[in-house]
Order: sequence, then C-alpha cells, then structure tokens
Amino acid sequence: MALTYEAAAGADFSAFLGRGTDGKASLDLLVRGARCAGCLAKIEAAVAGLPGVEGARLNLTSGKLTVGFRTASGDPAAVIAALDKLGYPATPYDPGQAQVAHDKEGRRLILALAVAAFGAMNTMMFSVPLWAGLFGQELGPATKQVMMWFSGAVGAPSAIYAGLPFFQSAWRSLKARRANMDVPISIGVLLTLVISFSETVLNGRDAYFDAAVSLLFLLLIGRWLDHQLRARARSAAGDLLAMQAPAAAVLDRDGQAHMKPLAEVQPGDLVLVRAGERIPVDGRIEAGMSELDNALLTGETAPVAVAQGAVCRAGSMNLSGVLRLRALARSEDSALAAIARLVEIGAQSKSRYVQLADKAAAIYVPVVHTAAALTFAGGWLVGLGPREALIRAVAVLIITCPCALGLAVPAVQIMASSRLFRRGVLVKSGAALERLSEIDHVVFDKTGVLTEGRPRLIDPAPAAVTLAAPLARASRHPLARTLAEEAGEGPLASQVTEHAGQGVEGLIDGRRARLGRASFVGVESRGGSETELWFGFDGDTKVRFRFSDRLRQDAAETVAALKARGLTVEVLSGDVAGPVAAAAEAAGIDAWRAGLTPQQKAAAVDALAADGRRVLMVGDGLNDAAALAKAHAAMAPGTALEASQNAADLVFSGEGLSSVAAAYDVSRVARRRAMENFGFAALYNLVAGPAAMLGLVNPFVAALAMSGSSLAVTLNALRMGRKP
Amino acid sequence: MTILLFLAPFSLGLGLLAVAAFWWTLKAGQYEDPAGDAARILLDDPADRPGA
Repeated sequence: MALTYEAAAGADFSAFLGRGTDGKASLDLLVRGARCAGCLAKIEAAVAGLPGVEGARLNLTSGKLTVGFRTASGDPAAVIAALDKLGYPATPYDPGQAQVAHDKEGRRLILALAVAAFGAMNTMMFSVPLWAGLFGQELGPATKQVMMWFSGAVGAPSAIYAGLPFFQSAWRSLKARRANMDVPISIGVLLTLVISFSETVLNGRDAYFDAAVSLLFLLLIGRWLDHQLRARARSAAGDLLAMQAPAAAVLDRDGQAHMKPLAEVQPGDLVLVRAGERIPVDGRIEAGMSELDNALLTGETAPVAVAQGAVCRAGSMNLSGVLRLRALARSEDSALAAIARLVEIGAQSKSRYVQLADKAAAIYVPVVHTAAALTFAGGWLVGLGPREALIRAVAVLIITCPCALGLAVPAVQIMASSRLFRRGVLVKSGAALERLSEIDHVVFDKTGVLTEGRPRLIDPAPAAVTLAAPLARASRHPLARTLAEEAGEGPLASQVTEHAGQGVEGLIDGRRARLGRASFVGVESRGGSETELWFGFDGDTKVRFRFSDRLRQDAAETVAALKARGLTVEVLSGDVAGPVAAAAEAAGIDAWRAGLTPQQKAAAVDALAADGRRVLMVGDGLNDAAALAKAHAAMAPGTALEASQNAADLVFSGEGLSSVAAAYDVSRVARRRAMENFGFAALYNLVAGPAAMLGLVNPFVAALAMSGSSLAVTLNALRMGRKP
Repeated sequence: MTILLFLAPFSLGLGLLAVAAFWWTLKAGQYEDPAGDAARILLDDPADRPGA
C-alpha cells in the first residue's frame, strides 16, 4: 500500500532538493495520472506559476516532473500541494546514481549500433562491385584492389568500435575462466578482420569486411533489445518503490516534522508515524498508542495493539493512532539481518543460473572451433596450402557465427515481456522468464497473495451498518473505513473524537455513540479468529461487526488453471492454522503449512529444490523475501514490500492473481519460440558449416546467409507479439 | 574509374554526416520523452494565443 502525503501537509521535504551546477535547487517528482497533452500543459503551467519556481518540465513518457527553483532553496511541499490540488498525486523521487551509470551504457550501445549501421552500409557499397566480380562481371584487378582497400578502410575501424562491447565482455568472461557467447563472436570478428586485411595487402581473392560489420550490427540489435528490457523493468520497478514513500517524518527539537529520505534517518531520531503510514525504521514507541498491522512482516492478519515502550519493526502498518518512535536502527539495518542475509544467499544462487543462450554457447563453441581447426588442418593436408586453408577456416567461423543465437533469444524475450507488461506484469530480466518456464511447483503465501491482504466485512447486517456508518465515515481506522465503504455515501457524525488505539466517539442525531474495540464500547470481547469492531449508542445494545481477509476473486480460478497445466500447488504461511486452512480450502489447495517463520519458509523451498522440484514462489511479505530469493522463480504483487519486490523476478500489479497463470503461459510460449530458433540455427549451421569447409562460400553467400538467418529468427520471435 | 576516388569519399562523408547527426539527436535528448514531444506539439504557445 502506498503512502500518501495528505497527512504530511506542511512537512518539510527539503531533503529531496537537488543542487544544479549553477547552485540553484531542483526537485524530481514522480507524478501519477498524467497521460495527455492537457495534463501536461496544466501541470507545467501550475507549477511554473508558483512563487520561487523558475520552470517545470514533465516527461510524459516516464511521468517524472523536474522542477527548477530560482534560488538555492525551494519549497517542495508547495509543489506537491499544487499538484495534489490538480488531482495528480506526486512523490519526491531520488534519481539515484545507478540510473545515470546505466543510461551511459545504453548510449554507448546505441552509438555502437549507429556506427555498425554506417559501417555495414558503406562497406557494402564497396562490396557490391566485388560481388559482381564473383559472377564474372567486368572488374579490373586494379579496381578490385581499390574496392578492397576502401572496404577495409571503412569496415575495419567500424567493426573495431562496434565490436568493443563484445570484446570487453569476452575478455571479462575469459578472465573468470568461462566462455560466454561473446568469446566466439570476438574470435570470429577479429580473425575475419585480420585475414581480410592480409588478403587485401597480398592482393588476394576475398575480403570479408562487410560480413564482420553486418554481423556486429545484427548482434548489437539483440544486445540493445536485451538492454532495453532490463532498463525498462528497472525504471518501472523503481517507480513502484518510489510510490512506497522513501521518506520518514523526523521531528526536530522544536517538534517540527521534516520529511527525510529513509537512508538519512539515524538511530536516536524521533520519528512521527501517522495512522495509515508504515513504520519507516525499527523503533521504540515514545508516545502514543495504536494498532499495528504486521501482515507484510509475518503474515498475521489480526492487528496487534501497541503502546508506549513497545518495539515496532519497520514495515508494519500503523492503523489507528499517531506514534512517536525513537529510531533504534538505520533503515538498512532495520529489516531483520537474518532475512537480509538469506535473501543475499538466495540471490547468489540465482546468479549462477545459466541462461539458455549460454547453454547453447557451451555446446556451440567447441563444435564450431573444432570444425574450423579441422578445416584448416584438413585443407592443408589435402594440399590447399596454408593461406587457402586458413581462408576456408575463417569462412567457417564467419558463416556459423552465432548471430541467430545472439538475436533470437533477446528478440523473443522482449516480445514476451512487452506482452506481459501490457497485462501489468513486470519482468525484471530475460533469465527470469526462462526460469519461470521451467517450474513444476507453485508455492503461494496466504496474506496479500491468495487473499486481498486487507479486512473485509463479513455477513453485514444492512440495518446495523447504516446505523454505525456516520461514525465510521469520520474515522481513519481501516476497519471503520471498510465499514463506511460498505455503507456508501451518507451523513457524518458530529463532535467526533478519535481515541487512538481505542475507537471513535461522536453524536449521531444527537445521541452519543461509540465505535471501536470491545472494551471501548463497554462489552466483553468474544474472541475468535476474526477481527472485530463494536458499535453502540450509550446505554443501548451493542452490535458486533466481524472482518476477515477475503480471498482474491480469481484465486480459485488461478489455482485450477495452474493445476490444469500440470503444476502442483501449495500454501506456506506465517499466519495461524485456522485462517490458512480456510483460505487454502476456498482456493482449492490441498497442501498447506501454517505458522512458519521466514527461515522455515526458505528451508521449505530449499527442501523442495533438494527433491528436484523447481519452485515458483509467489509472496509479498518480508517473511517471504528469503523464500522468494531462494525459489527457482519468484513473483510478487506490486503492493509487496521493497525487499520482496527486489527478491522477485516478476512483479504483477492489479487486483487479479490470474497474472501468475498468464505469466507462466507466456514464459512457456517464449521458451518454445527460443527453442524453435535454436533448432533453426542448428539446421542452418549444419548446411552452411560443411559448405564453408568445402570452400563453396564466398563473401556474397556469407552476407546473404547471415542476414537471411537473422531475419528468419527475428520474424519467428515477432510472432510472440500476437495472441497465441 | 578515377571518378571513384572522388565519389567514394564523398558518399562516405554523407554517411558520416548522418552518424554525426544521429549522435547529436541522441546527445540533445530527443529520445527521452517521445510521448511528451508528441503531446507538446498540440499545445498552443502562450504568445500565439489571441489576446495574449
């Protein structure tokens, strides 16, 4: 659940102000809901019209608003309030260093792509006359020589510049004593350049400069697609997290609240947490009493009452009262250290996952290099001479160069993830999609995943709801809000006072009434597994409202769909047995375990993995984070805590659980397309490889075969974009 | 065929010009906000508005 800043009006956001090079202040905001030209004009005009604001520019694509101030100080709160008045909620956003560095890599790739495109086209210009010469057209030896020199002069520098990303990656991988796809690419390209150059100098027959550059051009397209996929996922994930309010209201000595980024909150700071906000850091309550919802931390649905002296953990939702907390730890240390460590270990095991393309490379590299070596040795033995044998060996390397592989997989993955993106599912990386396609067991968390994660009124008596509604509408407590939602629009109670952690009191039609805990209203609690709220007029009978966490509407449907695909389904929850059994039964799941600690959840996932099962973990809480990190694949809803979203491979937004089944389906289709592409590439190499060994390949055939095979795999990948 | 010695560098120059132009558009941030640029063209310039 996102925090809103309504409650924080008047607070000081100046910690989010950035400094421009000219010393003037600037502010980055994430604005939600701006979609059209009208919004853009309205927002920019309104913000630019504020006192002290020099200018504002909204990026409609990313939803980020950059505000420049006239001086070194500015009033972010005024900007946020102005946007709020227009109906666009805004959150301060810390652009962060990582994004800048990342952007640099994207620019380098696209520049390499541009140079490769230039090189491929212009080398081709000199290659066409050479190809014409191959078909017996008139081309004098001097002209041919000139053409070869020109083609080398353009092709070689372009290839070296455009190939740098591959050479560097290959070098890094070799230093780590592993061979990735970039090693054969680099060897192929460099050898081709060297041989073509020596052929040009020796006035030889063929030069392959155009093949080297166009190969790099095609591969760079694949590389850039892959980069875009990750960049988009990263920025979307960043936006989701930014909406989770990276700020805490820290009180200074005068009792004035300043909004500070979480990272700057120090132990000993006094933090103000209003009702409806999350506890930002671990802390001890100095003043105030309230109820905490620990659903995201432990999976328990029943709120816990807390008062002065109690220790609260970061991530709990403060339900009713205003709390003043003395921070006990910094934000990074707040999440249980043990959980953080488990997540790290899990993430490491995931980084050892070998992607399909690299698996293919592991088979492909030795085969192709052996074939090339055999061609050289064999050619020499049958009396071709070392020069001709070497040219043939290089022809084998060029024609079998894995451009189909390098392009095939990223193209499929970007099509698959953009299809999922339209459905509200965010894919963090291509490897995530591959892992998802391999699962055979699905583990659900209960609270917030199978269920909606917030209380709903059960068996409401309409008359009682109408009676209590005027008081409920006046309260900020989530249970009361649920009640007010059930009742719809209507009158408000007067003279309302909210008693933190107790309930609300007010006048309805002149009669004094109370809504809240059993003891507050004046009755004995009846207990039970549900959460309850009592209502009564002074001296009248009291009514009890029961609340329970409702199953997501499509939970049963999704579980059935997953089972129909041959997957087994299980529930692992930190909640007590009663609600877990009820939710599992309603969703149609037979296997469930309740009362698990985060460590036990992770251990359960480990045990399944040890049995050879590949587990998809779907969870949202901090208690799931370790299990998410350890599972073969992991999904988290967009409402999950930061730690869980970081640990998950896919993040889905919206009310429905059906995204889980949909994502699985898309990942299967993506895998099938990738396999088809591999099959095609293997077939192509089986034909082209021997042809090159026999010396049937000239530069024209090489250019044709390479672009043809790349086009074929790309078109096959594009089929992903259509409905299956 | 000596015309080649003039035409080939000339066409290469044109190609390099295109790469340089592309590099400039990249540097100038023309691909940062395609949706916003598409929307901005629909907005009236304050100076062009009647009565402004």
